[in-house]
Formats: sequence, structure tokens, C-alpha cells
Amino acid sequence: MDSEVLIEVNQLSRHYRTSKRGSKHDNKHSGSRDGYAIAVDNISFTLQRGEVLGFLGPNGAGKSTTMQMLTGNLAPTHGSIKIAGMDLMDNPIEAKAKIGYLPDTPPLYKELSVDEYLIYCAQLNRISKGAIKSAVNMAKERCGLTEHGRRVINNLSKGYQQRVGIAQAIIHSPDIVILDEPTVGLDPIQMIEIRKLIKELGESHSVMISSHILPEIQTICNNVQIINQGKLVLNASIEQLTQHMQTQNLHISCTQLIDIHKMTVLEGISEVKQDNNHFILTCTLPAAEEHDEEHEREAAMIKTARQVIELANQQQWGLYEIFSEKQSLESVFMSLTTSDLLLKQGLNID
Amino acid sequence: MIRLIALRELKNLFLSPLAWAILAVTQIILCYQFLSQLETYMQVQEKLSVLEKSPGITDLVIAPLLGGAAIVLLIIVPLLTMRLISEEQKNQTLSLLFSAPVSMTEIILGKYLGILGFLLILIAMIALMPLSLILGTAIDLGQLFSALLGLTLVLASFAAAGLYMSTLTKQPAIAAISSFGLLLFLWIINWAGSSVEAELATNQNGENVLTWFSLLNHFEPMLKGVFSSADIAYYLLFICLFLVFAIRRLERLRLPH
Repeated sequence: MDSEVLIEVNQLSRHYRTSKRGSKHDNKHSGSRDGYAIAVDNISFTLQRGEVLGFLGPNGAGKSTTMQMLTGNLAPTHGSIKIAGMDLMDNPIEAKAKIGYLPDTPPLYKELSVDEYLIYCAQLNRISKGAIKSAVNMAKERCGLTEHGRRVINNLSKGYQQRVGIAQAIIHSPDIVILDEPTVGLDPIQMIEIRKLIKELGESHSVMISSHILPEIQTICNNVQIINQGKLVLNASIEQLTQHMQTQNLHISCTQLIDIHKMTVLEGISEVKQDNNHFILTCTLPAAEEHDEEHEREAAMIKTARQVIELANQQQWGLYEIFSEKQSLESVFMSLTTSDLLLKQGLNID
Repeated sequence: MIRLIALRELKNLFLSPLAWAILAVTQIILCYQFLSQLETYMQVQEKLSVLEKSPGITDLVIAPLLGGAAIVLLIIVPLLTMRLISEEQKNQTLSLLFSAPVSMTEIILGKYLGILGFLLILIAMIALMPLSLILGTAIDLGQLFSALLGLTLVLASFAAAGLYMSTLTKQPAIAAISSFGLLLFLWIINWAGSSVEAELATNQNGENVLTWFSLLNHFEPMLKGVFSSADIAYYLLFICLFLVFAIRRLERLRLPH
């Protein structure tokens, strides 16, 4: 088997006392018991080589806490973490050498120049003297920092500081790269570059990234985990996920008022929502169990759309805009994080 | 790894104006003290020379200078140590060290040796003043070195206590004021000791415990050139104790709380 398990997390939990004021965690209490709030509740998962795992969740869901535990910044209350077969508690130094970590706030010494900082990071990660220069150059090149080596970090823009943070995480080419919201504060072009970088990293390393930006996860990850209130509510591959997106929205705009009733009786349309003269039609598509059935769903969608256009012509509603919107990860995310219903509907695929 | 962290710490210190300001201010204050003491000594020198076993320049200028240096640095060392951990906690840069393959002990020792390096530079600069007297007169070099060793041990103890205080809080200012408070308290703890001692004068059971705990109490003999292994052991124990506290505290930062 060439799928090698790099992270193995078993029933990981982290509690903290709520009675103490000024708790050091950004995480909002995710349900409490006996004066303890639970930041992360009994999470188990594995990460394999070559996997890019997206970690999603609303604010305070426990994403950062989980990542901090994986990187040895926080000790878990219960459970075990194995990094490349080594227990993080028993062999912290060997295990940590395999991880590159970018926390939500990049840990930058702002009075240093980019080069000085990266050299220090390389040394901290025990890169041999001769290899430091090439490691620093490689990291700078990958993060687009080649021309900024001599600048003081404090004078760099936030986006560039973020890049220095990423460079710091990949400098020792670790097996596992853990990035906590890596694209925050970047402009769209930088975001695309960083996503490209993460995809590249995913080929040789394992990457785990957390994000609020759902399309980002959709484009760069091959597996998704959604965490809510400290609990893992979804653990699935992107393919599995798209198969379960059974609905699709059709947006139309008309100049005249339309008869919603006539619309709802059309085949394949389950719900119509009105927003002035803009209408959102929710279409139910046949569930695609196999990957090949994707085009059948596509055809069903086109059929529904044509029906709508014909109807609009007949009734002279003055249709001037129509477009379809694929149900995104966003809606799955919303439904999972607002209720646990989908879990019961069997979306939890292991 | 320890050396790496220590060197980084030392370099970082000199990147901020704080280190330079501290060096300058300490030097100016001590220089003024040195010169005024020298002036007084020149005035009384003739009268003193009549006396049998008169105190020399080492007793009258150098010992008070280094004693004064310890007091000035009592205020200044907390300003240096306050940054060590609490500023990293505040800026959230501590995770760089925590996620690197480095043990807590290495982090603490690295930070400690970094600050110790800076203090040694400071002591070397202070030592230049008494050493400049060699040009004009004979000084008791043995006493000077004993006093300098004492000063080094006192400052090393200050730094260890300050480092521990810095692990306790995210606010550098609070770390500074609390380590200053702790050090001052340990400095003057023998005040209570001495009055109790007076009452217990009849009780011949040796030293008062409070007096023994005083940082000052172990420094004074060294200023006079009395070199006792008990005093050195006191400082080394003091340093080890606070370093162990600091390491344990750093470990605890990761635990649920």
C-alpha cells in the first residue's frame, strides 16, 4: 500500500474550565458540563500521504484547537495523536520534526528581515548547516518571496507576512503541513497562487488546511471534514460530497409578475422563492450514485430549465435572465452546522 | 539548539532600542556614582592614610559602586526579562518554538542564556570603571573579582526570577512589575530578619532564616572580598529553582486550564 498514514487521531478531546474568567482560548464554549466547556469533543480521523484535507467549521468550532493539539501547542485532555506512527506525547521532538505549522496568527518576529527569520526557522528545525541556504531559497521561491528577502517583516503587507508564515511552515519540507486559514488577508491573485502552492504541496506531502472559504476547500482539497461545536459532523471525500448534492438552484428574473403556482407544478421543481422580480427555483435532481451519472443530472437540469423558459414565453413574463447555481459545499456546510439532521440522513461517510 | 535560541534572543535584544537604552542609562548612572565616590575618596584620602589598617580605594569606591550597580539592575533586569516569554505569548510567536522540534527545557535555557549574555556585556562595561583605576593606583584585584563574581551571580538570579515571572503572564508590564516586586522583596527580606535577630540575640542558634533568604545578605560578603561556597551555592540554587519553575510553567501552558 502506498497510502501511508501520517496522522492518526484517536478520540481526541480538549476541555477547559469555564469558571475561570479570561480563558485563553478563542473558542467559544461548545457546550459545557460540570464547569468544563468542551472545545474539541472526541474526534477521530486519519490523514494519509498525498491527501489534502480541508477542515471546515464556523468560528469557535474547535478547528484551531484541534490544529494546536496536532502540532503540540496544546495538550489534549483525552485521546491520542500519532504522527507518522510516533505518539506526539511520547516522542514530541521526533514527531514535531515531521510537521510544519502555520497558526492563525503567523508567528513572526517582526523586527527581523525575511531572510534572518527563515534562517532561524530552518535552524530551529534542525536543518544541517549546508542545506540551510537552499532550504530558505526554496521556501522563498515557493511562496513568491524571492525579491523580499532583505526586507524587515514588519514593513511587509499582511499578505506578504502571511506568505512568510507559510514559508516558515514548509521550510524543512515536512511530511505534514498544517495551515490554519492560510489565505486570510490575501488578495485574489495571491489566493490563487497560494492555492496552487497548496495543491503542489499536496502531491508530495500531506496538507491539512482550515478555512472559512468554502470554494477554496472545494478546489484544493480531496477530503473534507466539517467540525461543529467540537464534534466532527462530516468526514467525506469531495467526490462523495458532490454526489450527495441533490438539489440545484435555478435563478430567473422577469419584468412581469409571474404566477408562482404555475411554476411549482413543473416537473423537477420543488420550491419557488420570490425576491422582488427575482425567483429562485429549487430543483430536485436524481441522486447520482455513480460518478458516470453526473451527466444525467446535467441533462435533467437542462430539461427543467427549458421547461421554465417555455413557460415564461407562453405567459409573456418578460424573462430576461436565467442561470443555474450548483448547490455548493456552502449549503451542505450550512445545513450541517445549523443542525445535525444531515448526519442522520446518512451523510456521514467513513 | 540552546545556543541557537540564546543567540537569537541576544540579537533580538540589540535589534530593539531597549537594550541600547538600558546599556546607556545604566552606564550613565553608575558613572556618576563612580565619579562622585572617587571625588569623596580623594578628599578623605589624606586623613585616612594616617589610620592603621585604613580602608583602601577598593573598599571605598569599588565595593559601593558594584553594590549600587546591583540596586540599579534590580530595577532594570525585570525590564529585560519581561519580554522573554510574555511578549512571545502576547504576539503569539511562542507557537513557532512550540511546534519546532525543541524541548521546553531547551527553550527556557536558551532564553535564559541569551539574557545572561546581555548581562555579562553589561557587567563587563561596568567593570571597566574600577579597572580604569589601575592606571593611577593599586587596587585589590582579588576583592574586585570577588565582587564582580558576586554581581554576576546576583544578576543571574535576577534574570532567572524574571524569566519565571515572564512565563506567568501575557502582559510584559505585569511580568516586569511582579518580578521587580519579588526581587525587591527578596532583597529587603533581611530587614525583618535583622530586627527579629536582635530580639533573639540571646538565642545562640545561629542565623535567622529570613536573613539567609535575602539576596543582599549573600552579596555583601563578596563585595568585601569574602568568598564563601555557601553564598555561591545559594545563588546557584536560586537560579536552578526558578529555571525549573519556568520550565514546568511552560509545560503547563499547553495543558487544559
